[in-house]
Amino acid sequence: MKRTIALATAALTLVGSAVFADGHIDNAIKARQAQMQLYAFSLGTLGGMAKGQIEYNAEAAQAAADNLAAVTMLHPAAFWPQGSDSASNANSKAKADMWSNYGDVQAKGMALGEAAAGMKAAAGTDLEALRGAIGPVGAACQACHKAYRESNN
Amino acid sequence: MKRFISAICVLAFIGLGVFFWITRPHTLPADALTGLTADVDHGETVFHAAGCASCHTAPNAESTDAPVLSGGQRFPSDFGTFLAPNISSDATQGIGDWSALDLANAMLRGVSPEGAHYYPAFPYASYIRMQPQDVVDLHAYLATLPASDTASQPHEVGFPFNIRRSVGGWKWLYLDDSWVMPAETAQLERGRYLVEAMGHCGECHTPRGALGAMDRTAWLSGAPDPSGKGNIPDITPASLTWSDADITYYFETGFTPDFDSAGGHMAQVVENLSKLTAQDREAVTAYLKALP
Repeated sequence: MKRTIALATAALTLVGSAVFADGHIDNAIKARQAQMQLYAFSLGTLGGMAKGQIEYNAEAAQAAADNLAAVTMLHPAAFWPQGSDSASNANSKAKADMWSNYGDVQAKGMALGEAAAGMKAAAGTDLEALRGAIGPVGAACQACHKAYRESNN
Repeated sequence: MKRFISAICVLAFIGLGVFFWITRPHTLPADALTGLTADVDHGETVFHAAGCASCHTAPNAESTDAPVLSGGQRFPSDFGTFLAPNISSDATQGIGDWSALDLANAMLRGVSPEGAHYYPAFPYASYIRMQPQDVVDLHAYLATLPASDTASQPHEVGFPFNIRRSVGGWKWLYLDDSWVMPAETAQLERGRYLVEAMGHCGECHTPRGALGAMDRTAWLSGAPDPSGKGNIPDITPASLTWSDADITYYFETGFTPDFDSAGGHMAQVVENLSKLTAQDREAVTAYLKALP
């Protein structure tokens, strides 16, 4: 009987930690997807102006660019735990390659930071400056999605 | 009995003759490019419009202004996995020793300088609609790109698809240089040339039949991803409901209307499209919007 209880406890502990681990990873995936949503939201303002769908307004553009740049400053490690790749978790679209190419991922992240800083410096100047700064931001998004995101469909 | 056997032999001989006649490689006439002179700058536009770098750079290569076309990317399909060859300017491992006519035979007829058929993973079923002048210009531009001495890898294709001669039968059945869609304005004509010929959009976005030919009756209506994972989207107006401005902006920046960004192979297509003129991107949009 004692042995049965011990086994059951051990089993429950294992199951419990697995559930905890999964919840933790799911939350990390949700958090980084929320970060992507924040990028998209600010880019909605900046890109809308660049496209001519929203009238250019220096103050609104500057606020959006400040937010965009601020979100690039978040410390990434906690959002990207081991085991949160697309092969391990159905909610993830991040290729496992990300975790074996740390240097490249970091370089691509830095490139986004630089592009966002460029936008922060340009967005409040005028529409032409904003238009010039959005290309590098798009290129930085795309560089990482091209290499490390599973196809959308 | 003897007569029967000889009749069989004669029939088999005729059958073999027909097979070899049908499957023989068709090359361009030797004077197909006579009188054409190369414009290197325009060749660069052709290079981007035809998407050469997307498949022929090394796997995961960063995009640069002078791409190294060393090959090596893998393209899985129902018939096996194809590996893009080295088409850099290296004279031994690449295509640096090719004439413009060699390149034209490859792109417009799917035939190598040695007279062998290429597999249609190389999108000559689309390039067949290209103007010879554009191939001449591209040939000159390719010569300006860096050489790579990386050897091309063999395709991983099993029997019976490993018999290249049989590709001649496929060509006889399916290779068709006619346009798929009508184009009534100059803009639609340019868009059609970019989509149906150079951009070879149909190669991924059009479903294929049992032998891998694009189904012209379901043109650009989406298809399973040949990797076996997921689908390539329908880009006819039935599904692609973005505004003209949104589609054109996506081609320029990779941003979707809700500011997600292009990923996977389409990111490479956007890299190419972003290097074309705004008028060309608008022409592609106009063509897509005019699809049935």
